[in-house]
Amino acid sequence: MATQDQRNTGSRPQDQEEAEQDPTPPESAGQPQETTQTEGVDDLLDEIDGVLESNAEEFVRGFVQKGGQ
Amino acid sequence: MGTETEYGIIAPGVADANATVLSTQVVNAYAATLREGLGNLTGTRWDYTDEAPLSDARGWQMGRLAADPSQLTDEAPVLSAEQIALVDQGLSDPSEDATVLMNLVLGNGARLYVDHAHPEYSSPEVTSPLDAVRWDRAGDVVVQRAMQRIASTPGFSPVNLYKNNTDSKSVSYGSHENYLVPRAVPFNRIAAALIPFFVSRQVICGAGRVGIGALNQQPGFQLSQRADFFENEVGLETTVRRPIINTRDEPHAVAEKYRRLHVIIGDANLSEVSNYLKLGTTSLVLSLIEQELVPVPEVADPVRELQAVSHDPSLRHLIRLTDGRQVTAVDLQAIYFEAASKAVATQGSTDPQTADILQRWGTLLDVLRGDPMDGARQVDWIAKLKVLQAYRDRDALDWKDPRLALVDLQYADLRPGKGIYYRLAARGAMERLITDDDVVRAVSEPPRDTRAYFRGHCISRFPKEVVGASWDSIIFELPSQRRLQRIQTREPLRGTAELTEELFAGSRTAEEFVSRLQGGPEPSMAP
Repeated sequence: MATQDQRNTGSRPQDQEEAEQDPTPPESAGQPQETTQTEGVDDLLDEIDGVLESNAEEFVRGFVQKGGQ
Repeated sequence: MGTETEYGIIAPGVADANATVLSTQVVNAYAATLREGLGNLTGTRWDYTDEAPLSDARGWQMGRLAADPSQLTDEAPVLSAEQIALVDQGLSDPSEDATVLMNLVLGNGARLYVDHAHPEYSSPEVTSPLDAVRWDRAGDVVVQRAMQRIASTPGFSPVNLYKNNTDSKSVSYGSHENYLVPRAVPFNRIAAALIPFFVSRQVICGAGRVGIGALNQQPGFQLSQRADFFENEVGLETTVRRPIINTRDEPHAVAEKYRRLHVIIGDANLSEVSNYLKLGTTSLVLSLIEQELVPVPEVADPVRELQAVSHDPSLRHLIRLTDGRQVTAVDLQAIYFEAASKAVATQGSTDPQTADILQRWGTLLDVLRGDPMDGARQVDWIAKLKVLQAYRDRDALDWKDPRLALVDLQYADLRPGKGIYYRLAARGAMERLITDDDVVRAVSEPPRDTRAYFRGHCISRFPKEVVGASWDSIIFELPSQRRLQRIQTREPLRGTAELTEELFAGSRTAEEFVSRLQGGPEPSMAP
């Protein structure tokens, strides 16, 4: 079983990625905010945008599990 | 009752990381955290003596050779020397002999261990659904602490854990519930009554999933993480050919008196209300079965209907019953709800938690009959779908868009800053039942009203002398005794605070404790 690759190298791409992210949620992309409900949803999506992993496709592809119960 | 959670695990910075090694890092990181707090090794060997994963509740044993290797959970997993080196470096205390732990029994009575390719937390035994939610959440905090420890240990890449049940490629891993049921209740009656209940209960406790099919063949959204991975109605397996009703007969208790119903069909819940209702309504249905008051609306094709219900977030899918009726999953739930309400009213039960479960169950079923999206503060799949729909509306995404798959995954991310469930909860968008302080207490304290109290306190009080433990035993190694002292705890409702608190308080040493336990004037105190 190839185990050498798992040695953690001290370089931490994950941390760097997070550190580069702006801690404040990005501006909403100029969506119309007609009702308070829409405002709440926009605000929520802005917050989630701010914490979502940056490369969706690669991240989702990398989430591979071995079987369990 | 109790819960078991297998966490999804990745190290995003390490290509091709070995999942067993990562899981072992989690267990050892938590051990290191404990050592810091207690100044002592709390790694405890699991006592496999009473494990019986191949005993079938239908009355037979599966042959060892016929079993899938993953079913042999009565053997400790083994790491190669090379893998041990990967775990041990930096995490174990240099003053201790270098040992890599695959198993810990915790001071709160829980077990944290490496289960094949996942870290698994099995909660201590509790007697109420709310306590089950509390100690289930304590497990999330336990592994969060391990994650933090790994992230701050030089030489280790961060490990992320997810409270979900599939990688949406081909793999599923479980979150199980266990219920203590009188042995006298015939197993086939339990199975018949629970199959329609399990086909339908996902409407209140599904965790939601982007993608349809075990191989994610079809774009879309479904209620359950697990539904597509079930192939059978009744069976012993948990990793292959998964059955709606699992027959593993491993009671971890007085076998003549009890069976442990091992439920493998649930999703791991982050929503406390989903989790509370999952455990509470299932307990109520088991009690109906016990009293022979349970309705049995026989579903014509349970496995197919399980999946059809999961694939229809409108909740309008009609399930065909063998008597010719066609009903929705909410209708099926209502049949059980009405029977439970009637039984509780007839018996004049005054248990406030039972009343609360019934009230919430009935209200939620009404919400689901109206606009299911109104249940977003209570139910995981609805909360998740609401966020996904908002993304679809704002950015015109179709169900194949990887950003939606990422939202699905990150809903269950256990890093509080990253996990979408935690973001929703922090905004007050998820209803909470238990405070954070309460959960932190449950991380170190066992429940007071089951044998978990005895187990947890033995480990906290005598960490040096307790050398092994399992659900139904504690093994002491005492300086004055040549042989190990194995104390059986086969009765889950004994070993409580009420029975053993004084014994703990009055014993200065493990020697004194064991001797009073074995020969004391009060035999009724023994667990």
